[in-house]
Amino acid sequence: MAEKEKILEIKDLRISFKTTNGTVNAIRGVNLELHKGETIAIVGESGSGKSVTTKAVMGIMASNATIDSGEINYVWYDEDTGERNERDLTKMSESEMGKIIRGRKIAMVFQDPMTSLNPTMTIGKQIMEPMIYHYGKSKEEAYEKSLELLELVGITNAKDRMNNYPHQLSGGMRQRVVIAIALSCDPYVLICDEPTTALDVTIQAKILELIKDIQSKKDLSVIYITHDLGVVAKVADFVNVMYAGKIVERGTIEEVFYDPRHPYTWGLLSAMPDLSTNDPELYTIPGAPPNLAYEIKGDAFAPRNQFALNIDKRIDPPLFPVPGSDTHFCASWLMHEKAPHVDMPESLQRRIANMKKEAGIE
Amino acid sequence: MDELKDIEFLPDDFEFIGNNQDIMKDEVMPDIPFWLDVWRRFKKNKGAVIGAVVIIFIIIMAIFMPMLSSYKFDAIDSSQANQGLSATHWFGTDNFGRDLWVRTWTGTRVSLVVAFAAIAIDVVVGVTYGMISGYFGGMVDQVMQRIQEILNSIPTLVVLTLLMTVLEASLTTIIFALMFTEWIGMSRITRAQVLQIKEEEFVLASRTLGASSFFIIFKEILPNIYSQLIVMSMMSIPNAIFYEAYLSFVGLGLTVPNASLGVLINDGFTYFLSYPHMVAIPVIVLGALMLSFNLFGDGLRDALDPTMKEM
Amino acid sequence: MSETVQPILEVENLKQHFKVSRRFTVKAVDGVSFKIYPGQTYGLVGESGSGKSTTGRSIIRLYKPTSGKIIFNGQDISGKMSEKDIKLLRTKMQMIFQDPMACLNPRMKVIDIIGEGLDIHHLYETQEERTQTVYQMLNLVGLSKEHAMRYPHQFSGGQRQRIGIARALIMDPDLIIADEAISALDVSIQAQVVNLMKNIQRDYGSAILFIAHDLSMVKYISDHIGVLHLGHMVESGTTDEIFSNPIHPYTKSLLSAIPEPNPVLEKKRTSLSYDYATSGLDYEAGTEHYVSDTHYVLATDDEFANMMAQQDIIR
Repeated sequence: MAEKEKILEIKDLRISFKTTNGTVNAIRGVNLELHKGETIAIVGESGSGKSVTTKAVMGIMASNATIDSGEINYVWYDEDTGERNERDLTKMSESEMGKIIRGRKIAMVFQDPMTSLNPTMTIGKQIMEPMIYHYGKSKEEAYEKSLELLELVGITNAKDRMNNYPHQLSGGMRQRVVIAIALSCDPYVLICDEPTTALDVTIQAKILELIKDIQSKKDLSVIYITHDLGVVAKVADFVNVMYAGKIVERGTIEEVFYDPRHPYTWGLLSAMPDLSTNDPELYTIPGAPPNLAYEIKGDAFAPRNQFALNIDKRIDPPLFPVPGSDTHFCASWLMHEKAPHVDMPESLQRRIANMKKEAGIE
Repeated sequence: MDELKDIEFLPDDFEFIGNNQDIMKDEVMPDIPFWLDVWRRFKKNKGAVIGAVVIIFIIIMAIFMPMLSSYKFDAIDSSQANQGLSATHWFGTDNFGRDLWVRTWTGTRVSLVVAFAAIAIDVVVGVTYGMISGYFGGMVDQVMQRIQEILNSIPTLVVLTLLMTVLEASLTTIIFALMFTEWIGMSRITRAQVLQIKEEEFVLASRTLGASSFFIIFKEILPNIYSQLIVMSMMSIPNAIFYEAYLSFVGLGLTVPNASLGVLINDGFTYFLSYPHMVAIPVIVLGALMLSFNLFGDGLRDALDPTMKEM
Repeated sequence: MSETVQPILEVENLKQHFKVSRRFTVKAVDGVSFKIYPGQTYGLVGESGSGKSTTGRSIIRLYKPTSGKIIFNGQDISGKMSEKDIKLLRTKMQMIFQDPMACLNPRMKVIDIIGEGLDIHHLYETQEERTQTVYQMLNLVGLSKEHAMRYPHQFSGGQRQRIGIARALIMDPDLIIADEAISALDVSIQAQVVNLMKNIQRDYGSAILFIAHDLSMVKYISDHIGVLHLGHMVESGTTDEIFSNPIHPYTKSLLSAIPEPNPVLEKKRTSLSYDYATSGLDYEAGTEHYVSDTHYVLATDDEFANMMAQQDIIR
């Protein structure tokens, strides 16, 4: 893979929330990289902190959240001068974020299209507004561009649709409009927060294909946040598996799906039956994710891990590089040279062998 | 892996903990009683706490002051007429020489009794009406809503004037008049809440278990709406207090020598220019009472409303 | 399944219409028929608005069916029911709901939530007996008796769903309707709940009507599948028949849309489109056409011939 430019880098990000029940450490040291034109996915269960991470990038966190440490470095080129800019988003003021970054450089697509659209405004107005606001385009220009965008996202008779209100469209159509709005200011990075969870499977597939298509046309970098491994398999180049506010495994999509190393990833992969699964029982991760309001000592996953080691109780494992790869990392003491060798569950081994065979790789 | 250098490994570090860890050990949320949670949030709202303190203070004064004072609220002593504030008559006297300190607190007592009685009846009537209308829906709801609309469209003052021709001007009449208007708001709120909650899955679950309507209304729905009802009644108390004062002021309520805040204001209004304190004191008490109830109700709503919870 | 076994549930031409206004009626379910045999799991799939949840709710009589027959344990429960039939329906048919946050009364303790069925039907002599039964149920769904005195808000989503299952199981039901019972849960928790349901079915022999939109889970858990679209059952058959030989274009598009966790394959695949308005099919005019064994598809004679012809081309 040719070396692409790194446009977003998150370094040791820590975020906590103040609640009546005490401080919740939602993000506990996340590192992330995004290169130009790439798609990365952040996979995790609810409460793992995947949404909080991206909200920090957008600067739209809840009022009781604080960034305790870390950097979010973002690189972009000025439209007019072509000058290279690099800034730490955590140190930018609210007004700077609104003016420079939000919407214009980094855009976001949310889960529920109905709540992210304004029900009292026509579709056309909602697409044109950010263009007029961010770029100072004239009304006519904005109108032309909106038509183009609506056609790009696969909406037929765009002209008529411009005058429609959100409730007059179906769920899939609405999500297309939301994507069109996100694209209206030519962003470099698109963050999709569970973009298809509220939609039906048939529409989900279409929306994912649409985002992929647009990505290749516009050379966008995309961050997907999802809990659905099927979606990840369809869209992502790189995967970050998140658990309890930390990234526990990362690698290219093939590495994580065909050679998973972390017991949590094993659990996630086996918990979702594919169409050929017929084991009498699904392999599951016992218990539930930890409550981050309590202090976590050692590895947060240890209590649910059937392969937990004594050291897990004391020290949180660092991200170990997986031998033979410079992109694959896994935060588990099982990766340490002194650790006993553990194989992934048999049912998962069978399934991966099967998947590889179907895909034609050995 | 530089980080690893600083770690001292123990000999058994890389042995399995094995199956002896209790993985089903659940970490449920700490058990905070509902009311403690509400109290915590309520405490944070300064205005509401001040409101609550003022309400309690006024209630205590209204209960005990008339008992403790050596004057009677209707004892006329013309030699002492129209006194200003002094050590013997703390709030002065009116033009019949009645002690205003006692009259103010007696009046407050009457106003509070009227308000609480009216609200209590409102809650009973309004909640029952709203529950039946909302829960059974359909034809029942249609008919009950129309009746309510018709009642609502009759101006209250007309009803009251009619009542006065039949009944004497007394506490009961005022309570009756207040009840006539206020319960409609209460029943509307109840109905809206019931309509929403009866479609919740836990109510459906109860129905699939064969629960009777009686069971569903009292066990499933009522416990989930009573906090809203408390807030609603707290918010309508200042209304009731004001309405009583208003009725007495325009001469449709209690009459002298009886005292209520409205009567006192009406009385004092006559001598407004020469003795401003006569009207100022009951107005201040009335204002403080209404404001405090509003602040208190507001704080209570925020404290009880689960949607305001963070995260 | 041998021919002599009586189905536990028989739904015949069920219609459920909702009158929105004088002019406009929503036909949420418009002529759906299927049978569930004891101990079997029947998967009902379809997109939102296909009428799958309405079907479940009509069967358990949260709605009054517009027309059609529902025969449960040999008793017709679609019209006015006798006291005895009501009791049968309310004890032997139970439902598990979708939203773990909304399906438990936030103001009731777990012991009262699970014991509610016992209370309503007076199924215990002493308080002690009631408590013991609730403890047994908690144990069965993987919770412990320490949980009994707590309130729902203290539990995680997966635990709440277990409480919901315990509430249904305490009545020892013959049929459990699981209405999207796992779709609001996290992946690792979904698997736990599915395993739990499978175990319960194995140990107690209850039949399950599994309503869901997640086809991979439906395939894993179901013996039979019915595909609903716009209130019509467009295709039905054993899981194998549906997945290995889908006939109806809607079923095909549904199957092609399931994302599989196999990145190399998944990246190459595109899903099939299907739009009823432009498909030229007419569900109203269609009748059940026999494909094989228990495999049926809804179509008119011409449409059916077309579908089968396409099927041959693929082969």
